[in-house]
Amino acid sequence: MSAHEAHAETHVEGTTKLFLVVWIGLLVLTGIEVFLAYIQTPLAIMLIVLMGLSLIKAALIIAYFMHLKFERFSLFMVLFPMLIFCIMMLFVWMPDAQRALQLRPGQ
Amino acid sequence: MASEAKALGSAWGGGGSPFAIGSKKFGMWLFIVSDALTFSALLATYTYCRMSTANWPTPFHFSPSVIFSTIMTLVLLSSSLTMVMGVHAMAHGNRKGAVAWILATMAGGAGFVILHLTEWMHLIRDEKVTPFGNPWGEPLFGATFFGITGLHMTHVTIGVIYLGIIALGVGRGKFTYEDVEVSGLYWHFVDLVWMFVFPLVYLMSVKM
Repeated sequence: MSAHEAHAETHVEGTTKLFLVVWIGLLVLTGIEVFLAYIQTPLAIMLIVLMGLSLIKAALIIAYFMHLKFERFSLFMVLFPMLIFCIMMLFVWMPDAQRALQLRPGQ
Repeated sequence: MASEAKALGSAWGGGGSPFAIGSKKFGMWLFIVSDALTFSALLATYTYCRMSTANWPTPFHFSPSVIFSTIMTLVLLSSSLTMVMGVHAMAHGNRKGAVAWILATMAGGAGFVILHLTEWMHLIRDEKVTPFGNPWGEPLFGATFFGITGLHMTHVTIGVIYLGIIALGVGRGKFTYEDVEVSGLYWHFVDLVWMFVFPLVYLMSVKM
């Protein structure tokens, strides 16, 4: 192992304690989600709450486990705004589902 | 390692990497973004099918189906933690520790696949659910269920093989910190996808 590589290997951020805290946070959020299913929350409310919680979980995983918080901001700007925009465009079709619902025979 | 020094140079000074990361890591990030779009499209399709169907089946009983899938979620989440620990150990030059943590991650991934296949077998054999039909009347239920969870399970399986190769290389003193970190990115992404599949496919399908 070269001296240069050794230098590169020590250049990291985040501690074991931080990862444990994030992991516990993810477990707690999962627990809340499962509890919502257990008490049989109405589907529309559940969908909104579940997606909100899942987005928080995704943000935690991306920021801490995937180290994006410790990368340059330019990397985030290159990867994520367009991803979010593309995903939002997928929802353009959702109102059409209501139309398709009425078109189907026997329903 | 010349790329590392170059990467840390000024973004405007002709440096090779304006993001201060190696090309392997950037490549994995680009793959993750495109894969995220694949899963987003599948989940959006599932949502569309569900919204355009009057009587979408919600067949999963809280006990045992949802409890079973919650255990699967815990296994996958914990394997993400062990992967982070593996990357952390490698960052401090602890190759033995890194291999041990990666092996633990692989065990978690393999456990997830085994649990998932058990659930699939139960659905196929006992509940007679296939991608083409099910007793509850809406064939798209099986198609979307097996399509989404199947693609995710494929990712986990590939991840376990990928980590196996990384563990082998790290044990032999071949791979660097960046290789382990890149495999970690892939593994966390697989975990991240499940954070959307689990609520949408399982929790939203609890029998009322």
